Amino acid sequence: MKVAASRATENLIGFMTILRREYDRIIRIWGQTLVPPAMTSTLYFIIFGGLIGARVGSFDGIPYMQFIAPGLIMMAVITTSYGNVVSSFFGAKFGKHIEELLVAPLPPSLILLGYLGGGLIRGLLVGALVTVVTLLFTHIRVDHPWLVVASVVLTSLTFALGGFINAVFAKTFDQINWFPTFVLTPLTYFGGVFYSITVLPGWAQSLSHANPVLYMVNTFRYGFYSRSDVNLTVAWSLMVATVGVLFALAYVLLKRGTGVRD
Amino acid sequence: MLALSLRGLTKTYKNGNQALKGIDLDVEEGDFFALLGPNGAGKTTTIGIVTSLVNKTAGHVSVFGIDTDLELERAKSCIGLIPQEMNFNMFETPQAIVENQAGFYGIPRRLARERTEKYLRQMQLWDRRKSMARSLSGGMKRRLMIARALVHEPRLLILDEPTAGVDIEIRRSMWEFLTEINAAGTTIILTTHYLEEAESLCRNIAIIDRGHIAMHDTMPNVLRRLQSEVFVLNLHDPAAAVPALPAMGVKQIDPVTLEVELNKDQDLNAVFAVLSAAGLRVMSMRNKVNRLEELFMRLVSQEAPGATGSVP
Repeated sequence: MKVAASRATENLIGFMTILRREYDRIIRIWGQTLVPPAMTSTLYFIIFGGLIGARVGSFDGIPYMQFIAPGLIMMAVITTSYGNVVSSFFGAKFGKHIEELLVAPLPPSLILLGYLGGGLIRGLLVGALVTVVTLLFTHIRVDHPWLVVASVVLTSLTFALGGFINAVFAKTFDQINWFPTFVLTPLTYFGGVFYSITVLPGWAQSLSHANPVLYMVNTFRYGFYSRSDVNLTVAWSLMVATVGVLFALAYVLLKRGTGVRD
Repeated sequence: MLALSLRGLTKTYKNGNQALKGIDLDVEEGDFFALLGPNGAGKTTTIGIVTSLVNKTAGHVSVFGIDTDLELERAKSCIGLIPQEMNFNMFETPQAIVENQAGFYGIPRRLARERTEKYLRQMQLWDRRKSMARSLSGGMKRRLMIARALVHEPRLLILDEPTAGVDIEIRRSMWEFLTEINAAGTTIILTTHYLEEAESLCRNIAIIDRGHIAMHDTMPNVLRRLQSEVFVLNLHDPAAAVPALPAMGVKQIDPVTLEVELNKDQDLNAVFAVLSAAGLRVMSMRNKVNRLEELFMRLVSQEAPGATGSVP
């Protein structure tokens, strides 16, 4: 009993150490990790919200600038959660310092949770920063704060897991850039960040429902304005199931040592 | 108690290369053990499996009696590894690297800080604790890896080529340090290309070749297997010609230096008698180092090695 408790304490210390190391990395290179999403969001607000948005009008009575705000926050969370884990884990593989963790008495689940925690921390920090930027341009109301938190956490975890799995298989830096360029960015842009899918023709609406980002953006937007293009029960179920499946896959890969052990 | 026990350890890589062909190896607690072998013999694979950096194909590993198949994390907590290649984050400071490693082993932060200071000071790196790791010299980086491997005070320390590329002064101080921690009870397994290093530090030795243990014995027993020894003689005056020493190999290195190879059944008195008769005065004599190297070369050049010998 005492041995098990001591093991649990050691595991907790190990997990917190990974988390702290990830946090230190985010803060150490803040110019790369925190500033660019805030800058990009500012530009989006100026161009899409200010210049073009004034001509677009509103969606369901929500002014365009306010309408896109949750989507822009979510877009920043998605790209940074993904980017943090993929670059940190692949960097550790490439520099071989992943071996520091592999030789240590840490179960694979804790190593995985440590990296996911890093992705979540950066996702939430960037989300908070972009929210501050948003408030400089427009006001936003929050109808369901806990749904906002739950959807942002689930989305961040989903893409942190995606980044982890990508990093496990990647052998070159090109391979960690391929997914964000050809998959993540198109899914995000077509995921209802800038528009409601109700303006699309029928076939495009159906196609949009195959895009997981659509569900994430809409659950998040529902938390602010009680408005969604998708069925919320389906959306929450999908998000929880996605995190579960991706976590199981990432865990099995790490336990087997795929990409990190010969 | 055995610090390390390997039974039937086999490793076949994806490309079909069978790096280990069922090796058995025991290392006693408190030993200073040398694992030698040519490049590609299976040393790093063996160490990789023990430290869980490489997945084994078959066989069993136990560390201080703990089966790694049953209690991997508990077994790993007993081991410290100093790998062959630099494997720390070059953009972190030595202090962060060592302190984080302590954390990965579950050491509370306050104690981790104390130990980090202790081992960075011992490795003469405390003054550079805030420098970026990539700015350290090659020798400093090696010492940083030693500090990192010691911070959780492992019972078994494994060093894979620890002194490669390190200058003589630092190598000597590392030897002294390793001897000290071994005397304090830490079991040490060492792989090295400097056979003189193994000869002067280690009590027991295994030579691995092509995935087999070619020899496993005590260091004195291994050295006794040598059939001949080479002595270097320094003469008072230059020798005009190489003196004839029947049944002995004689080589003149320079006018005042001779190398004489003697079989075990020959004695040095015969050498001195011949040299004295030739009017040559021997001023000093030394045993040529790297005797182990000679044996090593002989063993690994054999075609079909098999496991032999045992630690008494």
